[in-house]
Amino acid sequence: MMTTNLTSKKPFELDWKRTLFWGSVCALSQVFICLVGLPSELNRRILIESTLSLGYLFILWIPLVFGYVVSKMVELEGVENPKPGAADLLSGALTGLLGSLGLVLLMLGIDNLDMRDPLINWNQKLFRLLTFENSISFGSLVWIPVGVGLGTIGASLHQMSGQIRKMSAYAMFGLFSFAVLEDVIDDLSEGFRLEWLSDMIYAKKGGMTVTSAIVLAIVLALLPLITRGKFKKTVDRYRSDAKPENQRRNSVVLFSTVAVLVIVLPWFLGGIINELLANVGLFLLLALGLNIVVGLAGLLDLGYVAFFAVGGYTTAVLTSPNSPWFSPETHFGISLLVVVVMATLAGLLIGAPVIRMRGDYLAIVTLGFGEIIRLLFLSDWLKPYLGGSQGITNVPAIDLGPWEVRGADPRSVFYMVLVFCVFAIYISWRLQGSRLGRAWMAIREDESVAEVMGINTVNSKLMAFVVGAVLAAFSGAVLAAKVGSVFPKSFEILVSIIILVVVIVGGMGSITGVMVGSLVLIGILGGPRQPGLLQEFQNFKLLIYGALLVFMMLKRPEGLVPTARRTRELHQEEYLQDAWLGDDESEDREEVGEQL
Amino acid sequence: MSLLEIHNLQVTFGGLDALSNLDFSIEEGEIVSVIGPNGAGKTTFFNTISGMIPPTSGEIIFNGESVLGLDPNQITEMGIARTFQNVRLFPNMTVLENVMVSQHCRTSQLVVGALFQTKAFKQEEKEIRERSEEILGFFGTRLVGYRLDQPAFALSYANRRRLEIARAMATQPRLLLLDEPVAGMNPIETTELTGLISKLRDEWGFTIVIIEHDMKVVRDVSDRVVVLDHGVPIAQGAYDEVSTNPNVIEAYLGRPVEAKS
Repeated sequence: MMTTNLTSKKPFELDWKRTLFWGSVCALSQVFICLVGLPSELNRRILIESTLSLGYLFILWIPLVFGYVVSKMVELEGVENPKPGAADLLSGALTGLLGSLGLVLLMLGIDNLDMRDPLINWNQKLFRLLTFENSISFGSLVWIPVGVGLGTIGASLHQMSGQIRKMSAYAMFGLFSFAVLEDVIDDLSEGFRLEWLSDMIYAKKGGMTVTSAIVLAIVLALLPLITRGKFKKTVDRYRSDAKPENQRRNSVVLFSTVAVLVIVLPWFLGGIINELLANVGLFLLLALGLNIVVGLAGLLDLGYVAFFAVGGYTTAVLTSPNSPWFSPETHFGISLLVVVVMATLAGLLIGAPVIRMRGDYLAIVTLGFGEIIRLLFLSDWLKPYLGGSQGITNVPAIDLGPWEVRGADPRSVFYMVLVFCVFAIYISWRLQGSRLGRAWMAIREDESVAEVMGINTVNSKLMAFVVGAVLAAFSGAVLAAKVGSVFPKSFEILVSIIILVVVIVGGMGSITGVMVGSLVLIGILGGPRQPGLLQEFQNFKLLIYGALLVFMMLKRPEGLVPTARRTRELHQEEYLQDAWLGDDESEDREEVGEQL
Repeated sequence: MSLLEIHNLQVTFGGLDALSNLDFSIEEGEIVSVIGPNGAGKTTFFNTISGMIPPTSGEIIFNGESVLGLDPNQITEMGIARTFQNVRLFPNMTVLENVMVSQHCRTSQLVVGALFQTKAFKQEEKEIRERSEEILGFFGTRLVGYRLDQPAFALSYANRRRLEIARAMATQPRLLLLDEPVAGMNPIETTELTGLISKLRDEWGFTIVIIEHDMKVVRDVSDRVVVLDHGVPIAQGAYDEVSTNPNVIEAYLGRPVEAKS
């Protein structure tokens, strides 16, 4: 029989071509990562005391992942798949081996050749790291078994029972999070007066102690055994609860939990984390604005930073005593009104000429306008008013009667930003379901048809531009007060791009998605000039942003937390198939009934 | 006064006359069919009336006002709605949303109403929704119920055509332009839609212009038939007159062999 033929697979019957291919890819990735400088740079960040640093982790995950990839089988429906066996483990091991051989070659190369000229990281630092400050043979002796082992483990992931796989995943990711989030956990435990807890987990010099790592891993691995999917069931029940009144109650519960957390948590957090949250908030505000322009109305605006700059400069000019042209200090509240007016004007001014363009043309022209605005702020012509490249300094703190919002107190900035973000979320949410929101949707779908169906596309698009501009300008205003100064340099094109990445990775058009996106990207990796949780990544931020973007486009183009609509749009075939399977019967009955 | 008057309309694409010397009028409450072989300029005619293509010369007067130089959305607001030959729905919007969105020019709430959820806003939303459901109900059970929340791309071909008509109806037009409404439908569906087209005039009060290749439909619904060939009107009148007109037969079938020699 065919099927029996397929299932029996001899232990050494390898798909050599496939193994060789992924093995070489594995080797190349490892060498690439090394030469980019990630391991040497991140070696300082210790994850587990005297055992593992973030730098080594960046080499180690590669054979694991490729071991998994090489032994992954295409699952075809209707055909009995061959059972994974020893052959798959072997190909995983071979992949890991090839990867390690790449590292050995790299070590030999660094020892014998001098290629420092084009490759900055072709140096002794990397060599010492790879050889563990020992000889090449020692290094090879370590790397080869490690590579083979990790490749095999990666391959064996397919053959583990679900339970074990779940346990190891919990242990691995949990441990990783604990190690990476050291600062937050430290900070939190300090806030809750639980210093002893963090002292127990982490060593003094940073990183977890070996014992605590092992204990934690065991505890984490036992977690799924204890919960036995109860948690997932609760979440599922919560999500699929169809009764409208229950759904309403559920969302109220969820909303109030998040609200309480967001309001209370900052009191228990230290300066660094609050600063981080304030940055996340500032970028979230920007991203929410861009989400209206790009996600809802479908206008790809690459010059979004211009509105951010307008907000910042307007606030600086009006409130700073140092502003070269307008010396009286006005209150932040008054300047905020002017910010709204200026942002609206800027939105109309930039929007009006470009609004008739579509798609790529719009993107290119807005990109240009974004740069023009920055250059205007930098120019000698406007120097008497805006201070040229020196910018405007001494922007005062925001005076709110009993409270003061200033950069030195990031918690106050966070609350200020929070107010604006809530406002922005409310606006996005309400507009989405309104007449204007529907018009935007139609324009995104098919602009010429939208026009024929009676939608004034020019006005609707301008409206999207202006709403987006005002939100960005608010963010700029808070930024100016937080930092205490504005410079043209803070408003580079990179800001536009990073906000766009946040929106794309989070999920276009999805408010929750944008929140998650900015938390993940800005919070963990950091903004264009703001360090994130992983400050070590500062130099590699753009590389990681790029890699993440490529990965997302290939594997999950709809974003981390997409809207149902967007998922449907990008997975039309699956949707149609589901719909077809779902109402197959009702359709038939209906058609028959009609013909009778 | 006629509802739509067209005087000496000419549309030229780089030397090619897509339409020339078109001169006719449509009375309120008529159903007029525009027929002609492929490339005769029928769709160009629709595109010109709905404002998607500016005419080279001539005049289009709707309800006593010229529509030349107006944007498509302004023309729709005046009361002309259309469907497309190659169905152009908003594929990722739901059936209901497709109909709701095309009431844009008949409604007025903007940002403020949505933000403060004013009474007027809620009232208008409710009206939009009710009117949409009423319009979709015109096609029987085909577009209502669970289909309301299905994306338009998930509809069958015939249902997409129906939804396009519903969407055009929702703009509350006086003149409805239907571009091949039964193309791709099976005979049962065609018969059903033919009945509905007459109903559109009798119950909803639309004046209708149809482009159609299915002569059975043309015969059943139209009060008057206009035949275009190479952008020139070659005949008009009742179906029976036109169908026996030698010019029309020639345009469709070519010149008889003996006449050529």
